[in-house]
Amino acid sequence: MNKYYLGVDLGSTTSKAVIINEKDEIIGRGITNTRANYSVAADIARDEAIYNARFSVLKNKLGDEIKVRPEYKKYIDDLESVFQYEQFKVRLDKLGEELLKTCKTFFKEEETQEKFIGHLRSIRKSFKPEIKRDYLYNNLGAKNQFFRDIVSEKYNQEVNKLDAELFEPLMTVWDKSISPAENERVQFDFRELVEKAMKELEDKYKNLPDSVSDNTSVDFDAEMNLLKGNFKNVSETLREHIYEIAELEFHISNMTGTGYGRALLPFPQDCIRSEILCHAFGAHAIFPNTRTVLDIGGQDTKAIQVDKYGLVTSFQMNDRCAAGCGRYLGYIADELSISLNELGPLAMKSTKEVNICSTCTVFAGAELRELTNLGERREDILGGLHKAILMRAMSLIARSGGVFNEFTFTGGVARNPAILKYLEILIRENYGNDIKINIHTDSIFMGALGGAMFARRNLNVELPSTKKAKAELSK
Amino acid sequence: MSNPKEAVKEKSMVIQKEMTAKLFKELSNTKETGKKVVYTFVPGNLTELILSFDMLPVYPEINALQSGMRKQSGNYIKEAEKLGFSEDVCTYVKCDIGMMVNGNVGPTGEKLPNPDLLLLSYTGCFTFMKWFENLERLYPGVPVAMLHTPYQEDGKMTPDQISYMVKQMKEDVIPKMEKVSGKKYDEKRLSKMLENSAKAEDLLVNILESAKNVPSPIDAYFAGVYYIGPIFTAFRGTQEAVDYYTMLNEEVQQRVGLGLGPITPEGELKEEKFRLVVEGPPNWTNFREFWKIFYDMGAVIVASSYTKVGGVYDLGFRHDPKEPLESLAKYCMGCYTNMNLPQRVKLLENYVKDYKADGFLINSIKSCNSFSAGQLMIMREIEQRSSVPVGFVESDLVDPRYFSYANIKNRLESYFQMLEQRKIIMKQEEEIVN
Repeated sequence: MNKYYLGVDLGSTTSKAVIINEKDEIIGRGITNTRANYSVAADIARDEAIYNARFSVLKNKLGDEIKVRPEYKKYIDDLESVFQYEQFKVRLDKLGEELLKTCKTFFKEEETQEKFIGHLRSIRKSFKPEIKRDYLYNNLGAKNQFFRDIVSEKYNQEVNKLDAELFEPLMTVWDKSISPAENERVQFDFRELVEKAMKELEDKYKNLPDSVSDNTSVDFDAEMNLLKGNFKNVSETLREHIYEIAELEFHISNMTGTGYGRALLPFPQDCIRSEILCHAFGAHAIFPNTRTVLDIGGQDTKAIQVDKYGLVTSFQMNDRCAAGCGRYLGYIADELSISLNELGPLAMKSTKEVNICSTCTVFAGAELRELTNLGERREDILGGLHKAILMRAMSLIARSGGVFNEFTFTGGVARNPAILKYLEILIRENYGNDIKINIHTDSIFMGALGGAMFARRNLNVELPSTKKAKAELSK
Repeated sequence: MSNPKEAVKEKSMVIQKEMTAKLFKELSNTKETGKKVVYTFVPGNLTELILSFDMLPVYPEINALQSGMRKQSGNYIKEAEKLGFSEDVCTYVKCDIGMMVNGNVGPTGEKLPNPDLLLLSYTGCFTFMKWFENLERLYPGVPVAMLHTPYQEDGKMTPDQISYMVKQMKEDVIPKMEKVSGKKYDEKRLSKMLENSAKAEDLLVNILESAKNVPSPIDAYFAGVYYIGPIFTAFRGTQEAVDYYTMLNEEVQQRVGLGLGPITPEGELKEEKFRLVVEGPPNWTNFREFWKIFYDMGAVIVASSYTKVGGVYDLGFRHDPKEPLESLAKYCMGCYTNMNLPQRVKLLENYVKDYKADGFLINSIKSCNSFSAGQLMIMREIEQRSSVPVGFVESDLVDPRYFSYANIKNRLESYFQMLEQRKIIMKQEEEIVN
């Protein structure tokens, strides 16, 4: 039987899970931004990672065949995307129920209730096909991570189209409903869902336009062309394999929990490690020559130095203030009433970064309004804000000893293009052009990856305190 | 947090508490006994000279840390801030000022006598000067004697510097002491005391170096500042100090013989997991909580710089009865905070090596410029020279607002995991090589 190892990273903003095989290769990734308790978050992330692992195993299984038949890979990728849509639909239904429930308790009069339920229905009706389309044609981009992000953006758009007086009550209803919808662990039957997804895919391929010019939003690449007209064969060939991986038992041989919430994980004490070690270990595994790792997470920023084994030799963290962390960006996005994903692209349009001197998250909000009043462009203020975050990170890096030869950036913030832009500028400015800068698409999963790798090595720290706790438990 | 239980104590710990209590008692009785009181500082202190005039020393930074340990410092600091002292001022200073304006009730609850002489031994810390400028205003009319200790900028003491210091003692410090105490300077008596000092110094070095044993019989940081060090400053030069350190040394050597680990407030540490060298002062407001994080993890501090603020005797210096004033001058200049940074790095590097330490840790103090300046450089140097993992935590001396238990615990936990992992990997490497 194949052995798999699980790493769970419970951050302050998101929870991540990674499953690796015996070769330290990532075969499953799961992420959730649920604000539920850590135990639910860990379960959701793990479930996600296992779904993802099934698709990876499928691709591995087809091995060489997939290399000569690129349409197989395309089909499987599409299938996973539609599979996610099926999951999304279940959650959306859950949200619908919650919204309805909230309406009934929040509005006292029946007439008002009816009015708002009507609005909610039409809102849902208008955005559901859009979201489906986004999933089916891979148009979600960086947004496809979280249920909340996808739905809230569309909901906001629709609410903004309505009368201004409806805004306040509709947003209140939303605020009260989203958390219960998002925080519940829904266990899906993989086989059932994947069959639905295959059906859905069939419709998609059947209805593909005949040429590119018919619909520009469809990414017509070579693989798509191969699939068009041939999809029936492909899906029939793959069906058996798909059913097989649906039944696969994922035996997790060992696991490690890390991150802020690690002490609250339902894991045995000795399966818990510091996120500093995990981030460093994960980053070092991907980039073995790295000596300096910067991780910008939700509430903390860590500058870490590692040795040739990937072991931490020193680290520096921000204390007492979250300015310079992911949450800072979240706060700014809220202040500007835009989504977190829009911040980076907007900041990229900056032509001159406004100098942001605030070192406090909350004051940065005030500074932002002040600068807007002074007539500064939003793009330039955002450019300055992004730069300010990196300036703080640079000071931490300096404190930890600077950057040596290779530098790796990890954490959720690595998805933000403006962060990457200023990071590169500042690293080059401070440490020269010879420094190799590594950013991996799995940046956000580095902590979970390191955890899984520790689990595989079974390098669990036996501290006297954990021994003591165990001894007390056995009494 | 639950109330800590009564700490487990060795005989020496009980005696040191009695001796300190006796000193505070004596201080509260000066009106009756007519003894004169000298306020002065721990680094570069002239304890023997003060005692040779039958005067009593009061160390404001010790009062502050004692107040911190007794959870009184927070209020004193607030008092000082109300008077206009900024948030960034040394919290020893603010605690001391707050205590004084609050009726000068010492940490034991007994009133401290006002000073008869303010002896500003200006060694290694720039804040001392400003501190005593404030005391001068608080106690108008009290004479101030200043002893300026030249910083070891070039890493050595020159004959000129020594004679400069002796000159200050002869021309300013001693005449003022004579005037205040009404007694003549008695060099014979001072020499006799310095003989005692040298004896106690031998013993102290023996005790501190016992930590070279594995396991170490003492914690050279937490225990070092709690019961090994304090007697030294206030009682150096007396027979009592010699007796105390003789007993303590026997106690420690006995532990070495039995292969025992250090005594913690919760009893003897059974398993020494990590040996650390620590730079920087400890946090006093949460002293036991802070210490507990270490001993719970099996971490023992085998050497520290803060215990060398009152003198670096392990480098060989002893007070010399044959040249009393010259040796006082050399003592002052040799204190840890009066050494330049390369000297400090060298000292710490040697500690890591000689005490077989697994790691080097800095507790950086928010309000202490004197210690904090240079700490990152020190850390980097030690990391490169010794290739042991280095750690960095931040807290404060006596301001309870700056001790974040969760932050410190998180960092220390990570740090101890770093050390643990290194041990495992290094062992695996060794096995491969062999």
